[in-house]
Amino acid sequence: MSSHELKTGPLEYRTQEGQMTIMGFWIFLAAEIVLFSTLFATYAVLFGRTADSTPPGELFEPGIVLIMTFLLLTSSFTCGLAIHEMRRGSVKGLLIWMMITLLLGLGFLGFEIYEFIHYTHEGATMQSSAFWSAFFTLAGTHGLHVTLGIGWAILLLIQVAKRGLTPRTSRKFFVIGLYWHFLDVVWIFIFTSVYLIGMVV
Amino acid sequence: MQLDEFFVTGEPLIYAGMVSIALVSAAILFILTYFKKWGWLWREWLTTVDHKKIGVMYILSALAMLFRGGADALMMRTQLAFPNMNFLNAQHYDEIFTTHGTVMIIFMAMPFLIGLMNVVVPLQIGARDVAFPYLNALSFWSFLFGAMLFNISFVIGGSPDAGWTSYTPLAGAAMSPGPGQNFYLMGLQLSGIGTLATGINFMVTILKMRAPGMKMFQMPIFTWSTLITSFIIVFAFPILTVALALMTLDRVFGAQFFTLTGEGMPMMWANLFWMWGHPEVYIVILPAFGIFSEVIATFARKQLFGYKAMVWAIILIAGLSFLVWVHHFFTMGAGAFVNSVFSISTMLIAVPTGVKIFNWLGTLYKSRINNTVAMMWSLAFIPSFVIGGVTGVMLGMASADYQFHNSYFLVAHFHYVLIAGTVFACFSGLVFWYPKMFGHKLNERLGKWSFWFFVIGFHVCFFPQYFAGLDGMPRRVFTIIPEWMPLNIISSVGAFGMGIGFAIFVFTVVYSYRYSEREKTGDSWDDGRTLEWATPTPVPFYNFATVPHINSMDAYVKLKEEGKTTFDEDKLEPIHMPSNTGQPFIMMAFLFVASFGVVFEWMWMAIAGLIAGVVMMVIRSFDYDEGFHVEIDEIKRTERSTRGL
Repeated sequence: MSSHELKTGPLEYRTQEGQMTIMGFWIFLAAEIVLFSTLFATYAVLFGRTADSTPPGELFEPGIVLIMTFLLLTSSFTCGLAIHEMRRGSVKGLLIWMMITLLLGLGFLGFEIYEFIHYTHEGATMQSSAFWSAFFTLAGTHGLHVTLGIGWAILLLIQVAKRGLTPRTSRKFFVIGLYWHFLDVVWIFIFTSVYLIGMVV
Repeated sequence: MQLDEFFVTGEPLIYAGMVSIALVSAAILFILTYFKKWGWLWREWLTTVDHKKIGVMYILSALAMLFRGGADALMMRTQLAFPNMNFLNAQHYDEIFTTHGTVMIIFMAMPFLIGLMNVVVPLQIGARDVAFPYLNALSFWSFLFGAMLFNISFVIGGSPDAGWTSYTPLAGAAMSPGPGQNFYLMGLQLSGIGTLATGINFMVTILKMRAPGMKMFQMPIFTWSTLITSFIIVFAFPILTVALALMTLDRVFGAQFFTLTGEGMPMMWANLFWMWGHPEVYIVILPAFGIFSEVIATFARKQLFGYKAMVWAIILIAGLSFLVWVHHFFTMGAGAFVNSVFSISTMLIAVPTGVKIFNWLGTLYKSRINNTVAMMWSLAFIPSFVIGGVTGVMLGMASADYQFHNSYFLVAHFHYVLIAGTVFACFSGLVFWYPKMFGHKLNERLGKWSFWFFVIGFHVCFFPQYFAGLDGMPRRVFTIIPEWMPLNIISSVGAFGMGIGFAIFVFTVVYSYRYSEREKTGDSWDDGRTLEWATPTPVPFYNFATVPHINSMDAYVKLKEEGKTTFDEDKLEPIHMPSNTGQPFIMMAFLFVASFGVVFEWMWMAIAGLIAGVVMMVIRSFDYDEGFHVEIDEIKRTERSTRGL
């Protein structure tokens, strides 16, 4: 455990603790990729196995999913701006852009919840067939990650407002930035391989 | 739910289990209270983040689990010794073989090895702790609470009975109603969190915290095997997480993944399970290979033969381990082409494994062998494991597997690799590093008795099972026909021989605690090659007063030649260490409550436990504890007293 602190470079990389945490988080994201890959594989295997329930082609609509995609992709951009502000040393910029990110994330979640309720009313639930079990689990796991990310980011906003930018707070924000972009990447795969393909089949 | 549904009733053996649990718990509570040890337990153990203490707790828990899984095994061998035995009924037998398998793999083999990694790896690379000490404590408590959740199933609610592989549709809600199977799902899920965290922790530790100058290809081989194992953990465990979660959704929330209704696909479980399960067997064998390499090099008093080939063999095995999972169910009917591909990839694994066998033989060749107990376990491993490996290649031939599948031939094969590989390594490593952990050696004479009973018992137990399998005895039967009796009697005798060996081992621990000479130097075996032996015994909590610059393999051999130590008074600096914390214990206790709620489908309890667990995570997020510094005076005092200066 070295406590030596570098004097230059980004704050989050100045301590050994910061470097190790960021590396550990990259490895954690690798594990998350495996987790989502397994869910995607499950979805692919169970694709089309709708039994007596409504097939996805009758329920998926391009409009709402496009709005969700737009919200989440924009949030990834604003999250990048937030980290950029952090690197510039601006607490205010970080807070503002991060809050915009979270609002966009909340908008995404709102649409997703609406979408799930809508499908449920149309008779497509977790219980209705293997396909819908796989769909709700894959999309739901992503949604759960977004929810956790929002809760986590709120905790960090409070911390940075109280403590300002230190190697520790900036490391925490850098890490949640990685997490947020990762969720975006996963969503792109869900958008294409679940919704786009689901609409045309 | 009535009380008699909550507790398991009607089985004398289980009543005996309940009584002994109650007595042992009461005795522990009494001793802790009478000797006023509660504070000590909390301060020294429950809140510790010291990798050495966490390692010791892992190993002690794993030994307890070895006892439990061993007791299961002896009950099974008693039931199978004679035709038409009435010792266990079919249901009870099914529960016991399920818990035996699960406990041995998940709660014995892995924690035992992770315990040794915890104790040894930071010492081998010259680090003062792991990269994330808090997370390390979290890993341990998640394992322990997961293990406890799984183990209470036999007195509360009923044990799972669908085999450790839990194949669907048998393990689904329709055919296995009740909490039993849920215990399996939640117990593994809870402990799986910790395993994944351990994988991440050791990868970062090894990649970022090596002593200055130590290159990757100068790392001790056990550290290498830990690094590669961590890779496998990180890429395999999320698959298990998903598989368990999907089955939980099926059973508790009515989803249709593995069901026969709603176009579910029961065969997908077998795929998901073994996509994790096969890498898992390498998670428990690669560290074992690492241990044998260290022990053999030390007691052959030579540098490990073919170090680089050994490392590449480990890496190749790890890669191949992800490409062979279908060989566990060739008979499921994937078709000739798929079976051929997986048959070939399976047999390919024999190549790097064979390389390693020759590495060990090459190390032993023309060496002056110091025949200690640790070395004997390692020497016994080589031929025994080869028998397991060769029969593994036989099983890997898809067409031949149609004959061997589901027979005792398979049972004999995997016990040959898992016991001769993993269990021998656990004993070998424990005996080898015991003085580093506890400050005294295990009695060698008693150790040899325990070794011979265990190893001979092992071969007597499992060798006949190959032939029982070839005679057509299927696995997972609770009673045998007269034709199989002679082989089964021999096998049961062997099993009790192993039981005696284990009992002698436990006695050795107690005996050595009282009578063994206390260690005076850090280099207990005089031939230590790697950095852990450079530390004094008992190891100071900060491990290294000063970390030497490393520029060769077998770093401690070089240090000894140069007359250097890890206590260079001119270079002392205050050492930064992490603070103890009770948070991991409390967080995992809450998640235990949540998991228990899911097992019984009491959602109020699950949600309450989960909320409490999340609150603990929030508290952690706001915790800016910076740890503390060990001052130079204290380091000097500690080093002088432990080094006898």
